[in-house]
Formats: sequence, C-alpha cells, structure tokens
Amino acid sequence: MTTLEAPPTPVAPPAAPRARARSFWAWLGVLPFFLFALLFIGFPAMFLVLGSLVIEETGSIGLDNYFGLTGDCCAIAFRNSIQLSLITAILGALFGLILAAAVILGGLPSGIRSALMTFSGVASNFAGIPLALAFIFTLGNLGLVTKLIQDIFGFRIQETGFSLYSMAGLSIVYLYFQFPLMVLVIAPAIDGLRKEWREAAENLGATPAQYWRKVALPILTPSILGAGILLFGNAFGAQATAFQLSGGTIQLATLVITAQMSGDVLFNPGLGYAMAMGMVIIMGLSITGYSILQRRAERWLRS
Amino acid sequence: MSGGSGGTPGFGARLPEAFESLQGSLNPSPKRRRGRGALWAWIVVILGATYFIVPLIATLEFSLRPEPPTRAYVNVLADKRFFDGLRYSFIVGLITIVLSLGLIVPTAYWVRLRLPRLRPVVEFVTLLPFVLPPIVLAYGLIRFYSRQPLVLTGTELGSDLLLVAAYVVLSFPYMYRAVDNGLASMDVRVMTEAAQSLGAGWFRILWSVIFPNLRTAALSGAFLTLAIVIGEFTIASNLARDAFGPYLSLLGRDKIYEPAAVSLISFGLTWLAMIFLALVARGSRTRVQIGGAR
Repeated sequence: MTTLEAPPTPVAPPAAPRARARSFWAWLGVLPFFLFALLFIGFPAMFLVLGSLVIEETGSIGLDNYFGLTGDCCAIAFRNSIQLSLITAILGALFGLILAAAVILGGLPSGIRSALMTFSGVASNFAGIPLALAFIFTLGNLGLVTKLIQDIFGFRIQETGFSLYSMAGLSIVYLYFQFPLMVLVIAPAIDGLRKEWREAAENLGATPAQYWRKVALPILTPSILGAGILLFGNAFGAQATAFQLSGGTIQLATLVITAQMSGDVLFNPGLGYAMAMGMVIIMGLSITGYSILQRRAERWLRS
Repeated sequence: MSGGSGGTPGFGARLPEAFESLQGSLNPSPKRRRGRGALWAWIVVILGATYFIVPLIATLEFSLRPEPPTRAYVNVLADKRFFDGLRYSFIVGLITIVLSLGLIVPTAYWVRLRLPRLRPVVEFVTLLPFVLPPIVLAYGLIRFYSRQPLVLTGTELGSDLLLVAAYVVLSFPYMYRAVDNGLASMDVRVMTEAAQSLGAGWFRILWSVIFPNLRTAALSGAFLTLAIVIGEFTIASNLARDAFGPYLSLLGRDKIYEPAAVSLISFGLTWLAMIFLALVARGSRTRVQIGGAR
C-alpha cells in the first residue's frame, strides 16, 4: 500500500500531522451544533423509534404497535388528518395559484402585489389559537358572519348542518393559512414564466387558453405539485388550531398524540410512539416529494 | 415553508424586471394601460382580500360588543396574566434567538470555510423540524427528558430549558437559510484571511467581521422566530408553561369578549414582526418569511 505513494518530499512529513490536527480542530467547530441536535432532536427521535418498536406485553421488539395503528383509535385519526390535509392542500393550492397569478400577471398596480405578499407572510404565520378564535368570532354561533346571514337571509348557517367545529369548518379555518402559504411559495415560479415563451406561443397562433394549457401549466406543474405537498405537510402537522376549535370532538393524529401525552388515553405508550412515528413517516415522505419536485421545477426557472 | 431559494436571489429581488416584462407581454393592447389591470384579476384579488379581512373585522366587532366598547380591552390590560404571558414568551423568544444565532452562525460559517463536504448534512439537520411536527417533537422531548438519566420536566427551570431548546430546533430551518444566504453574498474566505493577517482570532473574526455582515440575515431570522415563538401553543402547553399561547387558549375557554381583544393584539404583534422583517429584508437577497402552521 505504501509502495504506491509518491516518495516523500522533505516538506511532506511535518505537514501530515499538522493536517490531521487541523482537521480535528475543523470538526470541533461544528461540535456544538451537532451536540445540540443530538440532544434535542436525535435522542427524542430515537426514543420514539425505540418506543414504537417495543411491545408492551412481552417486552420484545416487533412491529406490533404499527399494526395496532389500524385499530379504531388511530385509523380514524389518521384518515381524518389525511383527509383534512388533502382537501385544504388542494383548495389552498388552487386558490393560492389563482390569486398569485392575478396579482403577478393581471396587470394590477404594483402596490397590490407587495401588500399581498406582506399580508400572506402575516396570514401564513397567523395560525394556532388566535386564528381559531378569530373564526369562532366569524362563523361561530355568535359570530359576525353568522349574524349577518341570519339578518339578511333569515336563517342560521348552523341550521344547514354546518358547524365550525366539524371537518368542514376546520377546513375553512385551515385554508386561512394554507392559501397565503401557496401564494408565497408559487409566486417565484409564476415570476419565472418568461415573456419569450408567451410571445413564441402567440407567434405560432396560440390563444391565451392554449398558451396556458400547453405551455405555462406544464412548466408550472412541478412547482404546483411541490407546493401542494408542502401545504399537505403544513396542515398535517398543525395542532393548536384544531385543539382550540374541536375541544376533543374531532379525531386528528396530532390531537390523539396530545391526549396521549396528557393522560395515556391509549393505555399503551407503544401505540402513541407508533402514532408519532406514523406522522414522521408521512411528513418525511411529503418533504422528500416536495424537494424532488422542487428540483424538477428549478430546471425551468434557471435564467 | 421555505422562503429564500438556495443560491438564486429571492423573488423580491427579481420582482421589478419580471413584473414589467410579464405585464408587457400580457397586456399588448394599448388600451389596457399598466396600473389598471384586468377585470378578472381585480375580482380575484377582492375575493381573496375579503376572505383575509372578514375574520379580522369579525374579531374587532366582537371585541367591541360589550358596553362600553372598550371594556374587553380594559379588562385585558388590567389582567396581570396577560402581561406575564406576553413577557414570558418574549423573553423565551429572545433567548431562543440568541442561542439559535450562536449555534447557526459559527456552524454555517465554519462549514462554508472548512468543511464544505458537511454542508448537506448540516442542511439536513436544520430541515428536520419539517419532518418532526411540533407535537411530535414535544412528545419525544417530554418523554425522553422525564426519566433517567436526565430528568428535566420535574423542575420549572428544566421545563423552561426544554421549551427554549424546542424553539431553537423550530427556528433552525429559517435561521440556517437566512444565515447561509447571507454568507453566500460575501467572500467568507477572503474576509477571514484578511482578518487573520491583521491578527484576529476566531472569536474576533466571527464577532467583528462575519456577524456585522450578517446583520440583515440575522434580523430576518430573528423576527420570524419571534413571530413564531410569541404565539406558540403546542409545545408550551404540553410543557405546562405560562406562555402567551396557553394563556390565550385558556382565555378563549373562560371568557367571551376578552379573547377577541387578545387575538387582535396577537395579530398586531405578528403583523409588527412581519413589517420589521420586510423592512430589514428590503433590498437584500435574504427573504425568509414563512413560518408554517401551528
């Protein structure tokens, strides 16, 4: 092995240990960060992984807890969470796309665009308890819109079967942060549509509808899908808004974990850990999907 | 959830050219002048704005329902727990920002300068909060630190520490992105060598050379972190901390009009943080403004 090396020059031997010492110092520079990450991300995550694999009755290792997720407690919660996230991701992506397109392509005064962007920043961060409360004051039993509809049309929206404290109600509330998030995420992609593409399409005789169907939308598709997945994950991990609104009436994955934390409602800690891991797996898949699609989208956005 | 895009300038930076070119191509007819806009665009924007604004108006109206209209606000401002919660969350937010910057700035700098191969690993770690939703992070932290060898949940200080640690983790994605974008816009190597040749040590380089150049990035990361931490509920309530989020949640269950007043104040605080963020980020390449849902 050593015979293949170049004959040592006079400078080389003293340089080698110094290089090793330097690389040791170099690694020391990132030690605090990795130590922190290990303590407050790594250990808790490993604890959840191990906990989800330990079977309580026997104390052995296996996947039983994950199979247990198909039972009544957890299957409904996961189904509700996925359904809520899917609906709000699709609607949020659709409305967000239309709004972003209107502001960027509709020829509106430029002040409107910056106002919308700042507002989207605020709205996508205005989540959790105050958001849930704001909707109670809007569409709850005593809410302003409930009252207005009653005054104008003479019926209470609650009579139609609508409730803010249901999946449909929760979807409307979730859209309040989904839709501005879409605006923020998709705006760069819409900005990236080049005017040459449109001109080329027009020169070939395309109508605006054809341009959108055959050129703009295919280019935007990876961005739209990626943003949609991001929205899905965004809703899937949300807890506070649903907690304040549902008060335990709606089963969501995040709320079952909350209940499990405060009082072991599942009577089996392993099931709670498996539930948490199930969430991590779904979040991991969606983030992976997002980054793959984002990379695809960037092909077109490079200038 | 990702604001500034990796190496390319954020959308704010390339806005003017893109805006004009797109407008030119979309409104070829001279009748539609710039600044008026298409009818459909106006309708969409008005509908969107309505959906955004109605809950805020409803909250305002609700908060003014009692007699006299200022009663809810007077009650809130007389409530000691309101200020205690706000102060607690604010202090926790400040500590989070300092710790997060203290961890991220040297790491991002060092990785750029000495360990470029490690960059994907660091980036991956900073993105982990997207995979671990706050409730799962809280679950893991509380269960792990409530038993041997390290019991932290038993004491007030330990719980405070866990809360700050969890918030630092939550701030990683934004902080790292902001700081790394900031570092990309300067020549780290040349600046380091210049400082070294003048006799500066590592601490001095970080503190008086690198950090001042990252002021914009650090501030935008800081304001976003503050906006997230001030209203955070999930982790704070599970750690039984008397923070602003849990206070508002309880108020929402106990009182009728006061929660509306506090919600509006909370919205105002988010708005304030975002305005500072926009001011700080103006004209820079750093644009991080999305914190995600809770």
